[in-house]
Amino acid sequence: MIELADVSLRYGGLLALTNTEMMVAEGEFVAVVGPSGCGKSTLMKLVTGLLAPTTGEIRVEGRRVQGPVRGAGMAFQNATLLPWRSTLDNVMLPLEIVEPFKRTMRRDRKHLEARVQKLLEAVGLGEFAASFPWQLSGGMQQRTNLCRSIIHEPKLLMLDEPFAALDAFTKEDLWQVLQELWLKQRFTAILVTHDLREAAFLADTVHVMSQRPGRIVHRCPIAIARPRTLATTFDPAYTEIVNELRARIAQLRSQ
Amino acid sequence: MLRQARPWLLTIALFALWELSCRLFSVPDFVLPAPSEILQAGVRFWEPLLVNGLQTLYTTIVGFAIAIVIGVLLGVAVGCSPVIYEALYPLLVGFNAVPKVALVPIVVLWCGIGTVPAVITAFVISFFPITVNVATGLASVEPEMHDVLRVLGATRLEVLRKVSIPRSLPYLFAALKVAITLAFIGSVVSETVAANQGIGFLMLAASSRFQVALVFAALLLVAAMSIVLYAFCALLERRMAGWAFRGQAS
Repeated sequence: MIELADVSLRYGGLLALTNTEMMVAEGEFVAVVGPSGCGKSTLMKLVTGLLAPTTGEIRVEGRRVQGPVRGAGMAFQNATLLPWRSTLDNVMLPLEIVEPFKRTMRRDRKHLEARVQKLLEAVGLGEFAASFPWQLSGGMQQRTNLCRSIIHEPKLLMLDEPFAALDAFTKEDLWQVLQELWLKQRFTAILVTHDLREAAFLADTVHVMSQRPGRIVHRCPIAIARPRTLATTFDPAYTEIVNELRARIAQLRSQ
Repeated sequence: MLRQARPWLLTIALFALWELSCRLFSVPDFVLPAPSEILQAGVRFWEPLLVNGLQTLYTTIVGFAIAIVIGVLLGVAVGCSPVIYEALYPLLVGFNAVPKVALVPIVVLWCGIGTVPAVITAFVISFFPITVNVATGLASVEPEMHDVLRVLGATRLEVLRKVSIPRSLPYLFAALKVAITLAFIGSVVSETVAANQGIGFLMLAASSRFQVALVFAALLLVAAMSIVLYAFCALLERRMAGWAFRGQAS
């Protein structure tokens, strides 16, 4: 589904990424972790075509990426909801832009609204469809943000530290919400995070990036059965993976 | 209740103080007429006040309307295109630095006296804040939002319509409130320099005849009209960009 071959990126005079190799299979959930400032977010911009690599090649679904990848879903740490739109209308936004929904929008808005409502209910926001962003808590805003990023059923979902600003309890709630959505829709997901527990909980494979100039230095498959629950986080196998990742990153930082 | 009445009470108190001081210190009415005399003058000269007031209102609103159209278009152009921004913005800033009063004689030279120079002055003086604010508003869209939309495949027009323009509405209305007041200044200034009608003309004519009470009556009329239009802009703002006042309205 996604293939990075010998990708480098130079920002002005700064080498941000070098010789990055990465493969993501269709429907795989991948997490990218690494010390801060290693170019994780840059990697995301490269895959979605928002940035062009200096050298190397990026392929999504076999096609070389040139310019923004159309129809992918994205969510950031900052929920960026539109304050003049209700929760429902915020989630409607992609449907107003992406085909074939855009075409049906004029004739059959009700149908699409019902679809959004259903998704909101699935993430526990059913009663808040008419609320405005400032009436929602941080966790609820981030749920809305997640809904907005997958309402158009993208094949590819990019998440850039979506839960970084949330408290520990809300975070763990949202891990499960995200996992449920993924189990239902089976999109290909790339999650950029600095939270190793989060990466190990959500991903099929964790990729570890080195200090700048960033590059993937380690791949760690997570062989824990799904659906994973909060109990999983007390599982010795899980703890072991997290500790191993932590050791790897500590080692990278000291280099 | 009391909270809403406060500004009114203060205004009445100020006028009362004015009246009292005029009487107490027997200020001659060609220096500073008391409010009661201004009121009398207002009643006595209601017809010229009405005619000239409507003229000023007319030139102001026409100039203001042109300023909204041109100001928004320029603001969108400057806010959307870095090329246009770099080329046009220094020019606009330079133009804004020119004292508009100094332009009036030139406009008179080109268009004669009367309605046209007043409209043009009102426009010229009030479009700049609109342009700057619209451009700022468009630039205030979060870069993450831009990324989300680009990856969804949104066209530039869609980004503008669905995100940038609604986002810049509070900025636009903030500018309109400033601009409407400026437009009045522009009209009146132009009328004092070159016109045979309008509030500015009336004030000039009255002061040359030492009818100081009438000058003040005209002044208060302009202030009142300006306040009403300001309130209208504020009302529009609440209706169209109420989301920017969250928590205050409800």
